[in-house]
Amino acid sequence: MGSTTAENNEPEAPGTTTAEGVGRRDLIKRSAALGLITVPTMSFLSACASGGGDDDSSEDAQGETSTSNPFGVKKGSKLDVVIFKGGYGDAYAKAWEAAFQKKWGVTSTHTGTQEITGKLQPRFNAGNPPDIVDDSGAQQIPIDVLYKNDQLLDLAAVLDAPSIDDPAKKVRDTLIPGTLDAGMQEDKVVALNYIYTVWGLWYSGKLFKENGWEEPKTWADFLTICKEAKAKGIGGLAHQGKYPYYINVAIMDLIAKTGGLDAMKAIDNLDPKAFVGSDAAKAGVEAIYEVVEKGYLMPGTNGLTHTESQTRWNQYKAVFITSGSWLENEQLKQTPADFDMKFMPMPLLPDSKMPFEAIRAGSGEPFIIPAKAKNLPAAKEFMRMMLSKEWSTLFAKEANSLTILKDGVDPGVQLRPGTQSTVEASKAAGDNTFRYLYTEWYSEMDTAIQNASNELMAKRIQPAEWLKRAQAAVDKQAKDPDSKKNHRD
Amino acid sequence: MRKGQYRFVAGFLFIPVALYLIFVIWPYLQTFGYSLTDWKGQSQTFNFVGLDNYTALFQDDIFLKAIWHNILFLVFIPVITILLALFFAFMLNAGGRGRAGGVSGVAGSGFYKIVYFFPQVLSLAILAVLFGAVYRSDSGGMLNGFLMKLGLVDESGPVEWLNEPNFVLWALIAVVVWHGVGFYLVLFSAAMQAIPRDIYEAALIDGAGRAHTFFRITLPLLWDSVQTAWVYLGIAAMDMFILVSTMTAGEYGGGPDHHSEVMATVMMRNFLLYGKSGYACAMGVVMLLLTLIVSVVMLRATRRERIEF
Repeated sequence: MGSTTAENNEPEAPGTTTAEGVGRRDLIKRSAALGLITVPTMSFLSACASGGGDDDSSEDAQGETSTSNPFGVKKGSKLDVVIFKGGYGDAYAKAWEAAFQKKWGVTSTHTGTQEITGKLQPRFNAGNPPDIVDDSGAQQIPIDVLYKNDQLLDLAAVLDAPSIDDPAKKVRDTLIPGTLDAGMQEDKVVALNYIYTVWGLWYSGKLFKENGWEEPKTWADFLTICKEAKAKGIGGLAHQGKYPYYINVAIMDLIAKTGGLDAMKAIDNLDPKAFVGSDAAKAGVEAIYEVVEKGYLMPGTNGLTHTESQTRWNQYKAVFITSGSWLENEQLKQTPADFDMKFMPMPLLPDSKMPFEAIRAGSGEPFIIPAKAKNLPAAKEFMRMMLSKEWSTLFAKEANSLTILKDGVDPGVQLRPGTQSTVEASKAAGDNTFRYLYTEWYSEMDTAIQNASNELMAKRIQPAEWLKRAQAAVDKQAKDPDSKKNHRD
Repeated sequence: MRKGQYRFVAGFLFIPVALYLIFVIWPYLQTFGYSLTDWKGQSQTFNFVGLDNYTALFQDDIFLKAIWHNILFLVFIPVITILLALFFAFMLNAGGRGRAGGVSGVAGSGFYKIVYFFPQVLSLAILAVLFGAVYRSDSGGMLNGFLMKLGLVDESGPVEWLNEPNFVLWALIAVVVWHGVGFYLVLFSAAMQAIPRDIYEAALIDGAGRAHTFFRITLPLLWDSVQTAWVYLGIAAMDMFILVSTMTAGEYGGGPDHHSEVMATVMMRNFLLYGKSGYACAMGVVMLLLTLIVSVVMLRATRRERIEF
């Protein structure tokens, strides 16, 4: 573009000295004409297509490989790290980077931000992405979108490398089973969902003790507690209404526990009977609607943001709230010292296929390595070290959460009550864990179901209509040819 | 022109024109180019799909709904803001009747003028937080708290202002009007002060009341400013992205269930969340065209003879 502008300019310049008596109007006309010529000659379509260069990615960063340095990290090279600075902060990453520099002599540029999309989309487009990214938060770049654009490195090389703690094992075999699934696109692991998260209901141990309540194992018991709470002027269930993601956790968990893994997979696999015609889906959504109908929601919760409603819950205005295990860290400052935060699995509906202990569990907080990263060897090594006991413990200390590394935390580390209860719940669950994938695969369908849930909670639609709308979202997604590539068995 | 002067002037002209071309015209053209592709937003690979995006666009219920909302904003925001601003400006400049002989504003008009301007000083982000607290959907919200104290709203059933499909647009309009009135008040005040005082005095002597003075003298002589205000407010109404995306439910706002969706929020969601960037670019082009049409129509429709004084 620069060159063509210059060419059009050239003849004009010498003319200026001799052209005496050119009026202001002519000058303006000529400038305008100049502008008109310049634009079309920029051959815009082709320029669109070639905005980014095809720079050689790792020409300078490749060092010698050895058993202790399987990827060939080069001393003195630079690593560009971008971390989502949300509920978990970014102190853990700084601690990692310091450790990385100490071991390898690789200095890191650290960016901690909430605006992942705003900061990174232009860089991906220009072919100049960072080396490792924690692509999370409200403004994450969807993994499916990045994958479709061939921007993600297949992480197989890292996962098949020897583990740092036990070189006889592959990294892949030191992780909690199933935790890599959430980062799969088609059949490749392209995102490392690093944090082990469990989803379900949360309550205050203190409030329970004061009222003599027991953890409700069935939906009927759950409703009884809500009823008693309402009589005392406390809301039963709170949810983060402005973001219907959260109430979908409750609805979808009920569906999965009632109908078993098949009901869950039907949704992920875009079955024509995923919602309409599924007894489990009907039972699940009707159970949630019962809470709405009987007035057991915390008043006003449908319009509150996550911080507003969670803080209300911390002030004992509601008994239960739905969330994942980041809740405790997110609410650190708002939680009273004697609150005694507890996690529990979703209570059971009659004839459920899964036991009460079953929980939605899995890995979250996707870390990715861009395919066009400048320093691939160091990025791979960084990720390998993230999956060592040392770094996993560092993370638990700084961010109050567990990682996908099996027994990844030094027993010496004291955990907070909420985190401790998630550890116990996942032990009790054993293999009875499940995890929806449609949220990672189909953002548009997810949004449509969230909208329907928002309407349901506000009593503007009934369960039957919710099922219809959810099914319509599934059917619409199934028509997209790209959706054929995702399937789970 | 003397030697060298030409070059001097061209130097001044070249930079603005170049900046305009690079940062305004060129992105527009690029957007148009992308709108003919199936670009997904995160890399430079895509296929040319012709006008497919545009055909899909006009079958997209959500986008059509968003256009409709923009049109509602376009009608109500300028009308309400301009009427209020005109009324206040008139009262502050020519509404007073107390003192003998002169034409002046109501008592304390200098003070009011400053107070009215306060909202304009706030950025849109602060505005969103502020009105988030006003409209908050439980007893902690200002409106709800107030209504509960009065006993009009029950503690257990607060009004979820921004979660009411029939109210959310009005709630947003109220914010924009509250924010804008002060600025247009100052704009109209300045224009009113340029109107020669003796015209008012003559009207007063002839026995004209406030209403007469306003419609026969002030408004016709202010027409240029009103026109400017109309175009600015019209363009703002075509956008509305910041307030809608921060105050209403859902990713990039637009909730509940698309009832507050505007073109810009649909575009952003498609661009960033769904990865349908080419499609979103087509929306951008439609937005540009609509905004252009609106500006031209508004300028034409409000054109009148100019009175010089």
